Amino acid sequence: MGPRLQHYLKDAGLTALVAAGLAFFIVGFRTYDIGKGLTFDYQFVDLGIAVVAIFFGRLGLSLAADGHDWPALVLGAALGAVGASPIKLPSTFLHWFVGLAGLLVVLRTIWPWANRGLAAARHSPRGVPVGQAIAKWLGAGLLAVAVVMPMTPLADQKTMDLAVLILTYVMLGWGLNIVVGLAGLLDLGYVAFYAVGAYSYALLSTQFGMSFWSVLPLAGMMAASFGLLLGFPVLRLRGDYLAIVTLGFGEIIRLVLLNWVDLSNGPAGIGSIPGPTLFGAVFAETAPEGSQTFAEMMGIPFSGNQRLIFLYYIILALALVTNFFTQRIRRLPVGRAWEALREDETACKALGINPTNTKLTAFAVGAMFAGFAGSFFAAKQRFISPESFTFIESAIILAIVVLGGMGSQIGVVLAAVLLIGLPEWFRDLGAYRMVAFGLAMVLIMVFRPRGLIAHREPSVRLHPARRAPVHRKGLA
Amino acid sequence: MAYFTQQLINAITLGAIYGLIAIGYTMVYGIIGMINFAHGEVFMIGAFISLIGFMICAMLGIGSGAVAIILVLLVAMTFTAIYGWAIERTAYRPLRGSFKLAPLISAIGVSILLQNYVQLAQGARPKPGGHVVEGGFNLFSADGFDVRVTWLQIVIVVVTVVLMAGFSWLIAATPLGRQQRACEQDMKMASLLGVNVDRTISLTFVMGAALAAVAGAMFLMYYGIIDFFIGFLAGIKAFTAAVLGGIGSLPGAMLGGLLIGLIEVFWAGYFSSEYKDVAVFAILVLVLIFRPTGLLGKPEIEKV
Repeated sequence: MGPRLQHYLKDAGLTALVAAGLAFFIVGFRTYDIGKGLTFDYQFVDLGIAVVAIFFGRLGLSLAADGHDWPALVLGAALGAVGASPIKLPSTFLHWFVGLAGLLVVLRTIWPWANRGLAAARHSPRGVPVGQAIAKWLGAGLLAVAVVMPMTPLADQKTMDLAVLILTYVMLGWGLNIVVGLAGLLDLGYVAFYAVGAYSYALLSTQFGMSFWSVLPLAGMMAASFGLLLGFPVLRLRGDYLAIVTLGFGEIIRLVLLNWVDLSNGPAGIGSIPGPTLFGAVFAETAPEGSQTFAEMMGIPFSGNQRLIFLYYIILALALVTNFFTQRIRRLPVGRAWEALREDETACKALGINPTNTKLTAFAVGAMFAGFAGSFFAAKQRFISPESFTFIESAIILAIVVLGGMGSQIGVVLAAVLLIGLPEWFRDLGAYRMVAFGLAMVLIMVFRPRGLIAHREPSVRLHPARRAPVHRKGLA
Repeated sequence: MAYFTQQLINAITLGAIYGLIAIGYTMVYGIIGMINFAHGEVFMIGAFISLIGFMICAMLGIGSGAVAIILVLLVAMTFTAIYGWAIERTAYRPLRGSFKLAPLISAIGVSILLQNYVQLAQGARPKPGGHVVEGGFNLFSADGFDVRVTWLQIVIVVVTVVLMAGFSWLIAATPLGRQQRACEQDMKMASLLGVNVDRTISLTFVMGAALAAVAGAMFLMYYGIIDFFIGFLAGIKAFTAAVLGGIGSLPGAMLGGLLIGLIEVFWAGYFSSEYKDVAVFAILVLVLIFRPTGLLGKPEIEKV
């Protein structure tokens, strides 16, 4: 290890130097307002500690990478101990930073061992990939939990709110999965269709008094026609251009909603949107003239939770419809054409598949589900404004799909729970949540580009008997 | 007429800033064929480093315009270049050879990461600063309207012209520029002929980031206020500029920047300032649909 040690130290030193250069201005000087103008104070102690942690972290990582397990473990444990110890570091963040660096080193060291164990466990004695079997049962299990959950005592207001939120993202993720995962079209403006659905319901219900259930299909159709309208001219474009154009469309729709005050009430948004009803019964303490409340209809006492539970089942049903639809359409010719296009557009053209029309259907179907989700969102929030439909929403939905593994349905659920649920539970993390989001997207692309649950197998095979895993990487 | 001239002057200033950012997009696209979505954020970081740089200059008593600007530009270019290098090294290089959309998704991740990192480190409130060049002169008066050129506008345009000239020379006449053009044409062949492809790509990112830092400093001085979110819009506009001019083409990026500046300023001046961003996005969409190669770009031949 003698001469190598010098190499490791040099590498770690360089990494620390780059980190110091990156953070010197942005972290080292913290600007803040003092009434008139700005001033700053120094945070060089924090910066120094972080850089030292990076030095040792990098050292540990390179030791682990070359198989020097014990030094790496000791280093990782030492970092972790400093992070967790009562030694007073200048900020809580630094405790976390140093501790997580230690954890990372330890994980990196034991990774090869764990991986070997996993690889051994991956195939059951009968040769069936365990991952697929687990995924199948996991899906059924999750569904059962989701159906029963509101009836358990767990279902307080906070949990139900969160569950509705997660399910909304699951549905959006499934919808976007049709476009990104199946058809391989990177859509960065997905939130635009969500907005179209939300505004369709908000306007039709507040202006024309239409009910949620009659607007729902209309909102889906509305969003789908926007998808067709926007998709038609742009779907001839190459993958990355398409991504940017969809982003442009998303922003155009948001800016129009923001500025066309006569239609959308501008930045002030639309308020007092009626919630969904069950056979005409409203979910409120008192019913408006000529209708009854759900509590009256059922003859049970009113509780605020009833509305949430009702909303929960609506979004669960909508999400399941999306999932079911996707599972079925993958096996139809059009679904198979989507997947074929994703893999190789030129070959598809040669086989007589019209790429534009095929992509257009994927685009429109994806948009339709976003429209459904949007009108649900408007009915749930009872207030919408363009603020809710920024690019970052599109990025979050995309992150869910990417993290879950493009094309994997169960992956989307796991990713939505991970990305939406965890940060909501750990409210303190709020400010760091988006940083972690961005970091996760990069790390997934670098280390596991096929997502948490890699599922890039074709839905339909010519020869079902042969189980040769084809690892194709081409997406666009 | 006076109003028109004034708008024209403003538009050229703004166009210069967009052009500088657009070069970063166009070079990266030219060489590795990816949209560096995080480039707008690099520009934002350049603006923040400039802001802090100006404050340090003021603290050290370097109040004089020219010295402060040159110092800040050098510092901002250096430190922002580190960002360019680090982003390429960590988020893009491992993805070479992965599926085609992977770098773009990774770039979106970097963009979110940097935005929120700056928000955490520096706070979400808009930061005023960079008032180092004051004053100007009246060009002429007509219709009771003074056409005013500020010294700052002259500084911005002069710095941009100098940088672009230097940069064109770098690409056209130095070994580094030759290597870049070689990588752009055929990366594998270039590496067979002894060009260090990784190093060339890294340097491309470094140069793009340095130019973005200059644009950030200009933006700060011109508007006098920045926040952690400026990179998103400016990035998309500069990307539009690069696409409009023909992505991959350096003169195209400058031309595109100028045109986007003109469109934005005149749209705001004659139609409505609320829809000026919509106009730019619409241009982006229209150009990509009807002329994806842009004004000065070469048509791309699809190889199977």
